[in-house]
Amino acid sequence: MATARLHLMLCGGTGCQASGSREFHAALEEEIKKQGLKDEIKVVETGCNGFCALGPVMLVQPEGIFYQQLKPEHAPLLVEEHFLKGRPVEKLLYVEPASKETIPIMTDIPFFAHQKFWVMKNKGAIDPESIDEYIARDGYFGMAKALTEMRPEEIIQEVRDSGLRGRGGAGFPAGLKWQFASKAESDIKYVLCNADEGDPGAFMDRSILEADPHAVLEGMIIAAKAINASQGYIYCRTEYPLAIERLNLAIKKAREYGLLGEDILGTGFNFDIDIYQGAGAFVCGEETALMRSIEGKRGMPRPRPPFPANKGLFDRPSVLNNVETLANVGQIILNGAEWYASVGTESSKGTKVFALSGDINNIGLVEVPMGITLRKMIYDIGGGIPKKRKFKAVQLGGPSGGCVPEQYLDTAVDYEEIARVGAIMGSGGVIIMDEKTCMVDMARFFMDFIQDESCGKCVPCREGTRRLLEILNKICGGKGEPGDIEDLEELSAVIKESSLCGLGQTAPNPVLSTLRYFKDEYIAHVYEKRCPAKKCAALLEFRVDPDKCKKCGMCYKVCPVGAISWQKKEPAYIDQSKCIQCLSCYEACRFGAID
Amino acid sequence: MARLEHPDITSDMTTRIDEVINTHRETAGAVIPVLRESQDIVGYLPVELIDYISSGLNLPKSEVLGVATFYSLFSLTPKGRHIIRVCMGTACYVKGGKEIMNRIRQNYGLEEGDTSEDRRFSLEAVRCLGACGLAPVMVIGQDTHGGVTPDRVINILEEYE
Repeated sequence: MATARLHLMLCGGTGCQASGSREFHAALEEEIKKQGLKDEIKVVETGCNGFCALGPVMLVQPEGIFYQQLKPEHAPLLVEEHFLKGRPVEKLLYVEPASKETIPIMTDIPFFAHQKFWVMKNKGAIDPESIDEYIARDGYFGMAKALTEMRPEEIIQEVRDSGLRGRGGAGFPAGLKWQFASKAESDIKYVLCNADEGDPGAFMDRSILEADPHAVLEGMIIAAKAINASQGYIYCRTEYPLAIERLNLAIKKAREYGLLGEDILGTGFNFDIDIYQGAGAFVCGEETALMRSIEGKRGMPRPRPPFPANKGLFDRPSVLNNVETLANVGQIILNGAEWYASVGTESSKGTKVFALSGDINNIGLVEVPMGITLRKMIYDIGGGIPKKRKFKAVQLGGPSGGCVPEQYLDTAVDYEEIARVGAIMGSGGVIIMDEKTCMVDMARFFMDFIQDESCGKCVPCREGTRRLLEILNKICGGKGEPGDIEDLEELSAVIKESSLCGLGQTAPNPVLSTLRYFKDEYIAHVYEKRCPAKKCAALLEFRVDPDKCKKCGMCYKVCPVGAISWQKKEPAYIDQSKCIQCLSCYEACRFGAID
Repeated sequence: MARLEHPDITSDMTTRIDEVINTHRETAGAVIPVLRESQDIVGYLPVELIDYISSGLNLPKSEVLGVATFYSLFSLTPKGRHIIRVCMGTACYVKGGKEIMNRIRQNYGLEEGDTSEDRRFSLEAVRCLGACGLAPVMVIGQDTHGGVTPDRVINILEEYE
């Protein structure tokens, strides 16, 4: 086999594709061909690299040089200067936002340097469409060990000893779940993978599926052996077409290689996997609802017990694990429970993948050891808050989670510690909010999401969240009255207590956590008719301060309804009767003259 | 078997829908894939088509309609030539998704879930496309546009006839 001098690992994840990696790829291939370097340089389209905000990104191996924000017109320059003459192209390298220092080597970039790649060890390192490359990085070795050397009880014990907890959010010990299902008596059992990642602001499962689909299959096969299941389903969001495409290919290849299907590795063990596409319902991330959905019904949850481990899909014992949980399993079996448990805190072992987004410099996916502090994640890895603005809160755990203010930034990231400050680990969405975010508006946003996604089966969730949203809309719309805050508190308590499933039981969390830390903002909205973050348009009146106005006319240019009059050398004026409070002028003014 | 007659459904489409029904007929939980693939063929799910699928799969009409109305993927009304999906995930919201939605609303007189009278655009708010690095994100048909601003959004949309 010919070996290339350079491997160009070009990110082909969804984020980078959307910012043009396919177009760059074509230009690069053409330039390489033109220069006669086809045998020397190999371009590999990888899964998501994680550093999504800078896409398209590319890693040059073996040198480890990292390029960002690549455009088709950069291809000739890269080939000529770097790949032929050996001089890395300075202007395409990473520049640290704070120090303005150029950092050529990927592993030196702080965003990568503080991470620990276990679940994401293959991201950006292999071609996700090649089973051989997965195997070359110890892929399917854990599965081979489980199938040929271990009894089901031993597999379960190993996973229990590792301390692996469900990465979907609730953190239930994975091995214990398997143990329940293994003890259930039935000739048919199922292993299910929950790839219905629905939390807004979370995209780690998508990334794992796109970058390393075989790791998920491997985990499922091991789980199947542990509970003696013969059929598996991956329930994947239909919004993730690339993930579905790569999973389909991975399943096909695994079957061809005898790693899936009948008589796996000649051990006599049979297990096969099908993909089931979701149809857009957040509640289908809840396990009983997900199973109803695969059965072809409306995806509504049902009361537990009976638990799915005894009576799940088609009333058979079933184990449902999240993508990230399953992607850990192969390595735990291969390297042992002790290896896995050596990282993390007392109660939370291993690593966790987080999706950093919002008002932060380095947006992307990060995998960190459990126990790292929020501050380290946000400032050392995330690079802090852009535009010299102040940090306000970090929202953890999606709609069921909570907002954590500055004074708790030294909290260690583990299931219990995060719960103590009023949020949850959830699936790992971490959204940073700066001073321009209105916390009442955020609570309203999440409540809008939840009441939209409530399946409607139980009254507290269906009617209660609707009422919460009404009150929040009223407050943000400038019509808040005394008693509203107390109503929010009382309703939240009732919904939490009386809802049927996890969605309803956690639905009031956005309200409760913002009330806990940012009650003064609620008070300002209700009693002073003021939005301190200047976000709730109904509470704002846009006026130009003639003393501060620099007469530049920016506001005039951006106003979509012609409410602003302006002439050269004259301060602008806003006609209140025409203003639609769209915030455009307020955002555009660089001198703070509009208030 | 019921006949499928509807102005938006050609006989060629009917043949393909029959194929879809036949492929899935024997599998448990077939109704969602059948609805999805049929919607891909026709563009939406008219009530006549739902009736046709329910008799094809031998399921009560109420059950098939119940599924079709539960999931956000399915639409019982026709869609525009270009479907605008504005991401309203948390990251996009924090970075101005609402302002983008408002601008489209004002400019084309479209409310969320509406289709314009000339069927040029349908406007939808979607829950997190998982591309938070590009926030705020908007998808038109198959094209993803990242880092959209209220000022740029109309220019982008004007590219779609």
